[in-house]
Amino acid sequence: MRTSAAIEARDLTKTYGKDVRALDGLGFVVEAGTVFGLLGPNGAGKSTTVKILTTLSLPDSGQARVAGIDVLAEPDRVRRTIGLVGQRSGVDLEATGRENLTLQGQVYGLRGAELRSRVGELLGRFGLADAADRVARGYSGGMQRRLDIAMGLIHRPQVLFLDEPTTGLDPEVRAGMWAEIAHLSAAEGLTILLTTHYLEEADRLAGRLAIVDRGRVVAEGSPNELKGELRGDAIHVELGDPEADGRAAGALDRVPGIWEVAVEGRSLRARTGDGSAAVPAVLQALEAGGIRVASVTIARPSLDDVYLRHTGRSFTRVAEEVSR
Amino acid sequence: MSATLTHSWFMTTRHLRNLARQPWWIAITLVQPVIWLLLFGAVFKATADIPGFAADSYIDYLTPGIVVMTGAFAGGWAGMGVIEDLNRGVIDRFLVSPVARQALITGRLVQLAIVSLIQSAIVITLGLIAGARFPGGATGLAVLVVSSALLGASLGALSNGMALLARKEETVIAASNFVLLPLTFLSSAFMQRDLVPGWIQTISRYNPVEWTVTAGREALTAQPDWGLVLSRLGLLVALTMVCTWLATRAFRTYQRTI
Repeated sequence: MRTSAAIEARDLTKTYGKDVRALDGLGFVVEAGTVFGLLGPNGAGKSTTVKILTTLSLPDSGQARVAGIDVLAEPDRVRRTIGLVGQRSGVDLEATGRENLTLQGQVYGLRGAELRSRVGELLGRFGLADAADRVARGYSGGMQRRLDIAMGLIHRPQVLFLDEPTTGLDPEVRAGMWAEIAHLSAAEGLTILLTTHYLEEADRLAGRLAIVDRGRVVAEGSPNELKGELRGDAIHVELGDPEADGRAAGALDRVPGIWEVAVEGRSLRARTGDGSAAVPAVLQALEAGGIRVASVTIARPSLDDVYLRHTGRSFTRVAEEVSR
Repeated sequence: MSATLTHSWFMTTRHLRNLARQPWWIAITLVQPVIWLLLFGAVFKATADIPGFAADSYIDYLTPGIVVMTGAFAGGWAGMGVIEDLNRGVIDRFLVSPVARQALITGRLVQLAIVSLIQSAIVITLGLIAGARFPGGATGLAVLVVSSALLGASLGALSNGMALLARKEETVIAASNFVLLPLTFLSSAFMQRDLVPGWIQTISRYNPVEWTVTAGREALTAQPDWGLVLSRLGLLVALTMVCTWLATRAFRTYQRTI
């Protein structure tokens, strides 16, 4: 393993109970000072990975290093170098923002004037100065999340783990949080590992990302590299007839310049070298097959297409299935 | 070791402060033992007339029993706080920090002991007002209060440990309900030892509630058998240490299953 990297995970496996395989040989490397995204639907293994890297949980097998320290051999040293903003918050709702931050600082060995000034600095920076002495139960979702991040930063960690940092936040608050995270990595030189199931979030924030599916990394690269690997435009056809799966795919087999045709329910996706030229041919072929079309869109490849390409399933669709 | 102590103190402050912010909780916690004392005192008043019952009045006998029962119940329900912290993610946040694991348990136990001291003081004061007399005086009362706090801490540690393993409110509620009342009645908290059936006397020998009652009541007599008092206190100290160790170990089991 290289030691210059901020995070290295190799061949991690983890099984819950007898047969729930959460991690199945997952591995990746994060360079220091970058924002790395783990993108995947719920249940893909992202949170399990974070739990292992932050010493909360143990893998069945595999190796992991954070800031060059072996996570399994020296968990206590790792704990001093990392900050975690977990999926389930971690704010003590009966305590004020200031008390939450103070206790967190004390746990990391900060004392006296140094602790007070660090707490004050973070309260100001995360827009919590006015609410500092109010009990956190009265905070809005966005304020609690900001307090969470401030608590994760109190001891100036080298590596910050953000596990689904914007899940459950309003779109407006989410945008603010994105700006905050982007600022963190730029201004402080922090290494950030971010897990998300929002494609847009990964696209916006991550310098590099790994797409995780069923406990494995199926693709890795910068968002642009990943999208660039997909040649040409994406065609997305919304079919008017839900029973048309097999026939629709068959109908497009004979159209030249179209590849990677995939149909799931009413949704047909395919790739083509030139979107605008291909649309008439696609529509014609579907009409000839007796299949009604509700809408057609052409787009530059998105991360959703990247996910589809590597897993054979549409991301949005998997996310819907999981939440059901 | 010093880190464990400092961290325990930080955690104790946290729990005490959070408690102080819940006026309803405080009211109920302080009033409940008073209700027990008045209610049990009224219902079982005639007990003092049973031939062979040694105490002059039942309130003399009952007051230490209620002190012990209060300690036991406060301890038994302590796991509920752990469940809330688990659900909020607070425990996970501490587990990825360098905090001493033991402090996460002892902080709660110290808070529990402090609350138990206050509750005991209220019950004793009320007992005195109601006419209870304790020949053992201040020393005897101190032994009673300390042994109840130890009982509360040991049951509290078990309750915390179970909460970490079960992670469900329902399980903690069921277990506390299942254990606490029988444990209390399988002791001489409310009835003189030689007046209960033989099998209860046998079981009570292994019951920490009985150890507590014995230590407290014996210390409150005019001429206490200090050997007996100290042996029971010793058992309670040992039990508290074992339970605290078990509860701290429960973090490892918890971390293995997440």
